[in-house]
Amino acid sequence: MRLYEKPAHVLHEMLVNKEITSVELTEDVLARIDEVEGEVKAYLTVTRDEALARAKAVDEKIARGEEISFLEGIPGAIKDNICTKGVRTTCASKILEHFVPPYDATVMTKLKAENPVILGKLNMDEFAMGGSTENSAYHPTCNPWNTECVPGGSSGGSAASVAAGTSIWALGSDTGGSIRQPASFCGVVGLKPTYGRVSRYGLVAYGSSLDQIGPLTRDVTDCAHILNVISGHDDMDSTSSEAAVPDFTKALVEDVKGLKIGLPKEYFVKGMDPEVEKAIRAAIEKYKEMGAEIVDISLPHTDYAISAYYLIAPAEAATNLQRYDGVSYGERVEGEDLVAMMTNTRTEKFGEEVKRRIVIGNYALSAGYYDAYYLKAMKVRTLVAEDYAKAFEQVDVILAPVAPTTAFKIGEMAGDPLQMYLQDACTVPLNLAGLPGISLPCGFSSKGMPIGMQIIGKALDEETIIRAAYTYEQSQDYHTKMAKLGGNN
Amino acid sequence: MKVTKEDLDNVAVLSRLAIAEEDTERYLGQLDKILTYMDNLSELDTENVKPTTYALPMQNVFRKDEVKESLDREAALANAPLKEDGYFKVPKVLEG
Repeated sequence: MRLYEKPAHVLHEMLVNKEITSVELTEDVLARIDEVEGEVKAYLTVTRDEALARAKAVDEKIARGEEISFLEGIPGAIKDNICTKGVRTTCASKILEHFVPPYDATVMTKLKAENPVILGKLNMDEFAMGGSTENSAYHPTCNPWNTECVPGGSSGGSAASVAAGTSIWALGSDTGGSIRQPASFCGVVGLKPTYGRVSRYGLVAYGSSLDQIGPLTRDVTDCAHILNVISGHDDMDSTSSEAAVPDFTKALVEDVKGLKIGLPKEYFVKGMDPEVEKAIRAAIEKYKEMGAEIVDISLPHTDYAISAYYLIAPAEAATNLQRYDGVSYGERVEGEDLVAMMTNTRTEKFGEEVKRRIVIGNYALSAGYYDAYYLKAMKVRTLVAEDYAKAFEQVDVILAPVAPTTAFKIGEMAGDPLQMYLQDACTVPLNLAGLPGISLPCGFSSKGMPIGMQIIGKALDEETIIRAAYTYEQSQDYHTKMAKLGGNN
Repeated sequence: MKVTKEDLDNVAVLSRLAIAEEDTERYLGQLDKILTYMDNLSELDTENVKPTTYALPMQNVFRKDEVKESLDREAALANAPLKEDGYFKVPKVLEG
């Protein structure tokens, strides 16, 4: 077994016990990148020299007998919409092709205090708009389990690299499912924290009232450790929560006895792949066996969440993306006057889906349509949030599919944006309500593609979803399987 | 059609985007399909529902009016496409 196959908590113990060095580990993951990156294409930037220099420094610290933190010396990678000081941050867009942030996102400052090895920046749908990573302006990323399929998105590079062994852990961001859906498609664990739990300072804004940064990892244990590192109030993000941050690793307990798990009937809909439904029903049975109580619930406004989301997110995006005007940073395409320069820059450097969402957003916000679309969507957002509030009077967590299918083929939905949006029916309602959700593996299809399930929690109650996920994870071995790539394994 | 060509042209100007003549039909078709789907929102009576802008309860967030360190000018200008004498430089704005 190669080192890149192991989760961070195992590698941490091996480092502490001096069974391996961080340089050995980092070299093994870099070798894995050399072996399979040509097939997977998860990265936009690999910072090889910096990674090895960091690993060497960690080894020297261990040799001096100093204690190391959980992530210290463990290689991971960062979605390319999180600002990394001195390292190019493109958002997978041509408009930021040469953008080198002069500052670190707060999550990077927090991570760097733990001294992990950072391997580079990961591919995504341009500006996090999409569910397949096909909207990257550079190249699509392929699913490690079948390279003809998408890895999901928008954090497709993050999920694919963790699944392929080209990183041990990754950070992603989730505006409408962009951590949970790729985690599900690639057979890894992904957690979207409660809105406000993690600072958004330095996360390139898409939908500011929806965006959250979160971890993608091999298992729930690693997920809890990384959530500990990145959570907490930040003066630089006035929407970040002042709530105390618990030690999430204390929730890594095998116990769901008496836990009330709600099953929303609206999430088990026609058009769902029967193999996905079967895997999720089997997980529900498992929870029953382990002592959980299953409660049928209803979230009656689920069907309207897609419409509300695809008005609110583009409206916020249209506003946030005004800053790409060819003036203060990013690319510029010249024009005869200021407006022509801005129009040329945006027309040439934004991709098709980004332009579509800007147009939808500005349409929904424009005079004459504001009440019918944007205001209506914000009211429906209230109804969606109230559905959850009512459900959580009866249950502790909610269990649901992540996506209606396993990973689809690259190009399968090209040219039909609405069909692509409808895939997000099970993930966007959480973002509208600001709730935390974790996606974890619960099986494989007959074609060998991973299936994920989603556990949704109350606001600021990541602990209960981590406990529920951990308990299930310990009952099976789906999370230990690695994709077969590059002739290894 | 829910969106007319005139609507699209108007929104394109607001968005500082140029939509090529040959793409207009495709754009209109996709927008029409998306907005038609979104019509399901009108099935809901939201007369007495308050809109939600942020999902979690949040009051005004204040901070002390104190001078703190910020990016120096050189770092702030480092990514500018065009700069001169410590300023961002843009094409001519005023006529004449």
